[in-house]
Amino acid sequence: MTSTSSAASIGGHERGFAATHRSDKWWVGPVLTAAGLTLFFGYLTVRAFQGTWLWANPYVSPTGAPPLFTPTSGYAGAIPVSHAWLGAFPSWWPKFIPQSPAFFFPGLAIAFRFTCYYYRKAYYRAFAASPPACAVAGAPLKYRGETALLLFQNLHRYALYGALFLLVCLWYEAFAAFFKNGKFGIGVGTLVMVMNATLLSGYTFGCHSWRHLIGGKLNCFSCDGASKFRLTIWKKSTWYNQRHMLFAWLSLFWVAFTDFYVMMVSRGVITDLNTW
Amino acid sequence: MATRTFRVWRGDKDGGKFVEYTVETQPGMVVLDGIHRIQAEHAGDLAVRWNCKAGKCGSCSMEINGKPRLSCMTRLNTFEPGETITVQPLKTFPLIKDLVTDVSWNYEQNKRIPPLKPRPREADGNHRMMQEDVDRVQEFRKCIECFLCQDVCHVLRDHGKHDQFVGPRFMIRLAQLEMHPLDTEDRIPKIRKEFGSGWCNITRCCTEVCPEHIGITDNGIIPIKERVVDRYYDPIAWFFKKVFGGSKT
Repeated sequence: MTSTSSAASIGGHERGFAATHRSDKWWVGPVLTAAGLTLFFGYLTVRAFQGTWLWANPYVSPTGAPPLFTPTSGYAGAIPVSHAWLGAFPSWWPKFIPQSPAFFFPGLAIAFRFTCYYYRKAYYRAFAASPPACAVAGAPLKYRGETALLLFQNLHRYALYGALFLLVCLWYEAFAAFFKNGKFGIGVGTLVMVMNATLLSGYTFGCHSWRHLIGGKLNCFSCDGASKFRLTIWKKSTWYNQRHMLFAWLSLFWVAFTDFYVMMVSRGVITDLNTW
Repeated sequence: MATRTFRVWRGDKDGGKFVEYTVETQPGMVVLDGIHRIQAEHAGDLAVRWNCKAGKCGSCSMEINGKPRLSCMTRLNTFEPGETITVQPLKTFPLIKDLVTDVSWNYEQNKRIPPLKPRPREADGNHRMMQEDVDRVQEFRKCIECFLCQDVCHVLRDHGKHDQFVGPRFMIRLAQLEMHPLDTEDRIPKIRKEFGSGWCNITRCCTEVCPEHIGITDNGIIPIKERVVDRYYDPIAWFFKKVFGGSKT
């Protein structure tokens, strides 16, 4: 038994933005991605510009860590001057720019995530609709891929170097959170900060550039002892790389949560359970 | 007896239309079985390319409910009962008739790729490779050349950059050769310029549709892009190479 339907374009492939014959909810992925990225990066951006409630002794928010400078007045819950690498913000700091330590080292994390191979997929799909989903027509814009303006994405490995530095600093801050006024102890905030550094490590060591640099660039893994060692860490990195998206989201969520927790403790809204 | 309605595109490069066919189905049937039943009972002139019916020859690629898939590996019970199944030819390649497209462009790309250039044989006349050196490239040899990745790649599918980007299937062919422990050929300049690695924006649809579950993006394209970065976009690597020298390792 046959019946016919109306004429269609060649192969039945319609043209125009979001044209597809997919019958599943293909738009759910990009919508959730856009919502998640907007929520978490939006929150962290607001917190970076606030520059307040970044410190709850001995906890420091990842939004302000490691602090190069810290404000001396006008910012409640500011990181102590003694904890900042170079002390107070210099007098010449422009008045129209908030005195937020987030504008220095924590900015390295932005560069790392922005050029990340996973996040590229996420925001190319969710925000640029290039394409919004597989086999769904993208936005009708001139496409240059990563050959022109987006050539800078090739500098991802330099963002990685910055992220590795930041990771060392965040581990230092996490261990420092075991000591309050020189006395060893542990609090919920300590665990939150250790988890933050752990998830960021999982994300960083699954980085595609890291995986390439530590061993992927070799063609001979068996040639010498160094190559065999690099094969071992390349395999470990591959495990994390296969879960790069998972660690990208978990670590992003936990950075925001860590900041939120420190802010709440710093403001006295919640009481940190601890052994001190 | 259960039935299933298929909405099949019929036509050629000059035009065509969707035609609906309803056929009886049995448990275990795949979309290609339905197409064959349509051929047998309703439309003997329906053109479809197929061969092994086991997901290994890569011939029966088509778009099923908008997704590039192998019709021989798409079971009917994965769709809702009563759901009409829309079947179309691949979008990225020129249409010949009904569900058959001309995929010869892919074979032309393959010819452009410099072949393996092995290093000299060892003193006993043999080539030797260690298993850990070939494990990585063996993944790429699973490719059955169904060209679903080429079809779904938006650089080719939506933007028609056939003259500038070789497509994901041949990016992993290039990765396979570049990572080969015996190879001495340098393809990096061509990968950047002629084969267009920069056109890929890592949206991973090629990986999502691969019926062999090859890590096209993570294990093939990105490592190749990183090798291009080594050569052209990393001033520190460039400096070390100038000072200490460098060769294909």
